[in-house]
Amino acid sequence: MSRRHTLLWLQSGGCGGCSLSLFNAESPNLFTALESAGIDLLWHPSLSEESDEELQQIIARILNGEIQLDFFCLEGSVIQGPNGSGMFHRQAGSDRPMRDHISELAEKAQQVIAIGSCAAFGGMTAAGDNPTEACGLQYDGNTVGGLLGKTFRSLGNLPVINIAGCPIHPNWVLQTLMQLAMDDMTTASLDELNRPRNYTDHLVHHGCPRNEYYEFKASAEKHSDLGCMMEHLGCLGTQARADCNTRLWNGEGSCLRGGYACINCTAPQFEEPNHSFQNTPKIAGIPIGLPTDMPKAWFVALAALAKAATPSRLKENAVFDHIRVVPGKKADDK
Amino acid sequence: MSRRIVGPFNRVEGDLEVQLEIQGDRVADAWVVSPLYRGYEQILQGKDPLDALVYVPRICGICSVAQSVASAQALAAVQGNTSPPNGELATNLILGGENVADHLTHFYLFFMPDFAREVYRNEPWFEMGEKRFKATRGSAAQDVLGPRAEFMHLQGLLAGKWPHSLAIQPGGTTRAIAADERSRLIALLFAFRGFLQRTLFGDTLESVIALGSAAALEQWQHAAPAESSDMRRFLHLADALQLQTLGRAADRFMSYGAYGSLFASGVWHDGQVTALDQAAISEDVSHSWMQMQAEPRHPFEGVTLPSAEFDNGYSWCKAPRLGGEVVEVGALARQVIDGHPLIRDLVAQSGGNVRNRVIARLLEIARVTVAMEQWAHALKPGEPFYQPSLIPDEAQGFGLIEAARGSLGHWIKVKNGRIFNYQIIAPTTWNFSPRDQQQQPGALELALRDAPVRDGERNPVAVQHIVRSFDPCMVCTVH
Repeated sequence: MSRRHTLLWLQSGGCGGCSLSLFNAESPNLFTALESAGIDLLWHPSLSEESDEELQQIIARILNGEIQLDFFCLEGSVIQGPNGSGMFHRQAGSDRPMRDHISELAEKAQQVIAIGSCAAFGGMTAAGDNPTEACGLQYDGNTVGGLLGKTFRSLGNLPVINIAGCPIHPNWVLQTLMQLAMDDMTTASLDELNRPRNYTDHLVHHGCPRNEYYEFKASAEKHSDLGCMMEHLGCLGTQARADCNTRLWNGEGSCLRGGYACINCTAPQFEEPNHSFQNTPKIAGIPIGLPTDMPKAWFVALAALAKAATPSRLKENAVFDHIRVVPGKKADDK
Repeated sequence: MSRRIVGPFNRVEGDLEVQLEIQGDRVADAWVVSPLYRGYEQILQGKDPLDALVYVPRICGICSVAQSVASAQALAAVQGNTSPPNGELATNLILGGENVADHLTHFYLFFMPDFAREVYRNEPWFEMGEKRFKATRGSAAQDVLGPRAEFMHLQGLLAGKWPHSLAIQPGGTTRAIAADERSRLIALLFAFRGFLQRTLFGDTLESVIALGSAAALEQWQHAAPAESSDMRRFLHLADALQLQTLGRAADRFMSYGAYGSLFASGVWHDGQVTALDQAAISEDVSHSWMQMQAEPRHPFEGVTLPSAEFDNGYSWCKAPRLGGEVVEVGALARQVIDGHPLIRDLVAQSGGNVRNRVIARLLEIARVTVAMEQWAHALKPGEPFYQPSLIPDEAQGFGLIEAARGSLGHWIKVKNGRIFNYQIIAPTTWNFSPRDQQQQPGALELALRDAPVRDGERNPVAVQHIVRSFDPCMVCTVH
């Protein structure tokens, strides 16, 4: 049995939704999963008893070396505004910006883990003109740097581990923590944005139940239609790096299974796609933002061919909210 | 007289600090501080109006769906669109599911753990409280996570995922439910009802809903031992600590009304319910870290411009008022305005307070779960869930709904097909507002006055109970 590990979880410029999503963990539940990995919660904002001075004491004891901090999780963006002061998020009960507490704790942690796209890249809080000057722990949008800087390595010698997503899937977090506790994670376990490859080696497209509609370019035209949402409704599932349609959410769900577009929430700057989220931008009728690793001409040619061959079953079902034409009939005897 | 700064408060959503002036063994005065600003109203300006459906759920991870529903309602008003019956039922199920889960999370994970604090070690009930409700280690925390997560499968089916779904749209929902899926929803609700009846209530949902007076509640409480259910455990603690004497605010309540006709809208004061006048809502920034404005403004004319000077206020929260008055929102407000006889009787006896707020939430878990069963049965597979419509170039609209924590309003103005102004007033903005230009304290500030301070307490446990009895959501407050 390996040694026990400590975990401190703090929140800054975010919505708390990653914590709430984490509570959805099942088989086993959150507390059992942490216990199975020998992880002791030093403090979590929604779960712990300690409030006020009791928390300040925990932080002080980490900083003076009395308590070893193995995993430091931050949920929410780092807030740098207004004018670089960080005072848009002053830590309650103190005169200091939260940002300063975060950088001190990161220096003491064996591993620093950004929970969600806000903590990883700035995320939602950095949308629009980024009024709060929000950034991520080691990224500011696409740019390496963020609060801790490009060269930051934790005491455990890894960069900030970016569990991006808005929100995170509970098992992206729990399985990363378990692997870390088993000393089973190296830089090779992380992708080019330091996200765990466990979930970003996949595309949201994988396992999408609308795949047949995609193959034949039978597209949904309005919400609740059954067809593929890539052509008209803004779906980025063919480009988005995550396993949402094979891992599934809340039992049987995912964005695409819920009937709405993937907005690529594991990517930096997903919050500002430069077009309306629920409409596919097109040039000359062809969606921009096609699958990234496929030659565009081939995609267009295949799409034209697929459209010509679309079974009428798919053509018809694509624009209804329930199946009207069932499989098994010959093409011309409908 | 001494001044204390208490914070950070945890087991509330987001960041909260409370400044207390203590005189002897009582809180003489209180100031409620929201120390985090996020700027969503600024972010939304200039966006495609329908993009609000991506942004606003992310204001809040715990009432994400409530933000979606308020936005979809405001956008439907802008479009002049209505939803087919299935869309309404599915929206009710998604929102009801979130509200019930939030009440459950609040009770088990946020509120009850304070009764396992060391300060209560010598109380006769301490062992029961500690074993059951100790933060992270009590048996209740373990017991509730599984059923809560399973109940959330309803969100997986109807809304793709929770939190942060795009399933709720002006005109309905994006996910049509087939007959087999409807039966699955009914089965999930049945399983959840079983958990509530066995663990939370120790009785049927119908018996809890039928409690018609304070006397009936007392009789019900003593009909079985405290250990027979978590609600009875709570009532036992509430008696021992006289929680009905803690945390009374202005006793003026507001509800926008919820789930179509299930819970009525209105304003309650002095035993009377009057109609709600949306036009009488305004926000005052006299004590907020916002750029000064001469007068409070109706949200259609509202402005959110933070001030980096920190000179004219003490919170990022604005001060919403209804006709210039402070109102309290939440489950207690909803149930008293809807006229539930138990809550009416409790409020008549002791007003809004820590105990009554919690009882109203528990009652609402029962009422909404039963309603959800009816909505699930009423779904008509094969009929539409969604009706499309277009956003006009110029229009305005508002959406007024009830989140778990109380009244949530979105006001949107569209110009040239883009968002010209988007203003949000969240439940905790009402409850945890700072003072206004008339120097009227917000509901929590009022509720904290006179709270008892035990010998040697720096962070009084009574203050903890009062703050958490409102189930604050600070991330919404400081959107």
